[in-house]
Amino acid sequence: MEDLIKIRDLTVRFYTYEGVVHAINDLDLDIRRGETLGIVGETGSGKTMTALAILRLIPYPGRIESGSVSFFDKSTRAEVELLKLREDRMRSIRGNKISMVFQEPGAALNPVYTIGDQISEVFLLHRRQELGRQAKQRVDSLLSNGSGPAATLKRPFWRWQSRIYRKIAEGPNPLEPRILSHIPVFRRLLWRLRDEARLLTVNMLKDVEIPDPGRVAAQYPHNLSGGMKQRAVIAMALACSPELLIADEPTTSLDVTIQAQMLELFRRIKVDKGASVLFITHNLGVASEVCDRVAVMYAGRLCEVATVEEMFLHPMHPYTKALLEAVPMPGRPLQTIPGALADALNPPSGCRFHPRCPSAMPICQQERAKLKEVSKDHMVACHLF
Amino acid sequence: MSDWKLRARQLARNPLSLAGVIIISIFIIIAIIAPLIAPTPPGRSDPYRIPRDGYFSQPQPPSEEHPFGTTEGQYDIFYGVIWGTRSAFRVAFVVIAITVLIGIILGSLAGYFGGVIDEIIMRITDIFMAFPWLILAMAIVAAIGPSLKSVMIALCTVWWPSYARLIRGDILALREEDYVEAARGLGASSRRIILRHVLPNAIYPTLIMASLDVGAVVLSAAALSFLGLGAPAGYADWGQMTEFARNWIVGPQSDPLKFWYAVLIPGLFILFFVLGWNLLGDAFRDIFDPRLARR
Repeated sequence: MEDLIKIRDLTVRFYTYEGVVHAINDLDLDIRRGETLGIVGETGSGKTMTALAILRLIPYPGRIESGSVSFFDKSTRAEVELLKLREDRMRSIRGNKISMVFQEPGAALNPVYTIGDQISEVFLLHRRQELGRQAKQRVDSLLSNGSGPAATLKRPFWRWQSRIYRKIAEGPNPLEPRILSHIPVFRRLLWRLRDEARLLTVNMLKDVEIPDPGRVAAQYPHNLSGGMKQRAVIAMALACSPELLIADEPTTSLDVTIQAQMLELFRRIKVDKGASVLFITHNLGVASEVCDRVAVMYAGRLCEVATVEEMFLHPMHPYTKALLEAVPMPGRPLQTIPGALADALNPPSGCRFHPRCPSAMPICQQERAKLKEVSKDHMVACHLF
Repeated sequence: MSDWKLRARQLARNPLSLAGVIIISIFIIIAIIAPLIAPTPPGRSDPYRIPRDGYFSQPQPPSEEHPFGTTEGQYDIFYGVIWGTRSAFRVAFVVIAITVLIGIILGSLAGYFGGVIDEIIMRITDIFMAFPWLILAMAIVAAIGPSLKSVMIALCTVWWPSYARLIRGDILALREEDYVEAARGLGASSRRIILRHVLPNAIYPTLIMASLDVGAVVLSAAALSFLGLGAPAGYADWGQMTEFARNWIVGPQSDPLKFWYAVLIPGLFILFFVLGWNLLGDAFRDIFDPRLARR
């Protein structure tokens, strides 16, 4: 399978008052086209930061220190180095080619806008030309079909609208509509763009299996249940058919039955839209359900990357083994991993897991293990192998 | 629309808010129909100049000709307070509009971008807040010459820092919200995020504070006028009229309350105007802030 995203030597640090936090260290990871890659790990292991680094949204005081994230754009057949891109080009990728679903669906929706407004915004940001083309067609059909005294009066206005929408459809950022859209009252003259976006929005809501999408589009976030909100957020992320969908613990705040529906939805999206999904979770059960491949992270480093069957049937890294042992099972006391998560301010030397590792060796304290491919599609970073 | 009905009903249920609405409505009506209830005497071009009946300095009690009496210099009190309503609205709205605008612009830049920009804007704000506001305002008016316009300029200068701070604080909290992060993740620009996602959520406390401040601005303008730094003598302005009454607060020993009308009537107008806006500010909080409403 072809690679969609290639992360090489990614290092992210946070310069806080207490010191430098090593959030991600020399991370190498590939996301293939059409696959669901899961990232699992404890809280604070750098899962979310990996996702934010791909979108270049690392919050202050964090910084991407080094490394590269290359993105293979299918439509232009070009390789783009995301970390070196200009900010405005990066904006045209966010939400368009790569989009993200956040953990808390309630918090990811702005309380003062309707669901429809918020999803429309994505279309208005990234599909302006297309919307302009459709709006122009609509005005043109009015021009050719309209008759009667009202139509005669409106005709000059329609002609003007047709010209404006043509400009929007043609140019990437034409002057006249751009000026118009900055003036509060005149902005309303471009309402047809909004209407077209609204049509696409309703279709999108239908796609994520929201019943009665027209009504839901007119509702505010507080009118919807958690599951509905998460569907709306997913609809927003999928609006522009991104090539990569990053889902940051999308099911954590939902109850179990809704979780199952969401996982089903993600599976269907992958098949229908052909998008790759980067699925961040700390729930191993969920990971085993949806993922094709799984990457295990510990304290900002990758421990093991393997297909889901390999990972669950033949885990190799001691941390992965411990993690799988810690999955609660009925009739068995809960297993834990002794010790606490490595301190990101003063990480242990060598392999970061060695203070908690049952099979630690002297070398583990001095040298970090490189990620090695031990069998096909199974990579481990451990001195044991 | 049923939403508005609900809010209107909520407003009606609270008698204090209702009182605020009624008081301010009365003032608005007075301001609108001022030319009808206190017609400008023929031959005068500026309606804001109070007509005077002679040059005798001692105020005269209410009479048929002067329903509220005359103040020092025989200026008609009734005419003054009616047209003074217009001055009050003008001063209040101009000052509030300008200060809120400055506050929103500086506050959102500081709050959203943070870092050096925040530091620069907020330290300037601190410098302005470090001055006692009345003394700073007096110094400004004294420097540019007393007039109603200089009062407005002075009040804008001393008033904006509190708005900049309020908005910055709200935006600082909202900036961390997931939906702002989500908007960024969807490719929205900083300007779009500030205008569409952050400000609409941060604006309510500001609007409520602005409506409460309308009264406070009028009170401060009156204070400056009372100190002789406001409108010119004879201008229809409540503060200016209290300045006229300054020498007549206490009457002769035999009848200390002899000139009550000279002080009390402009004073009552100021009192009710400020009270009305304070009550209305609470009402606005019920209406505007959906998080506080529906309780």
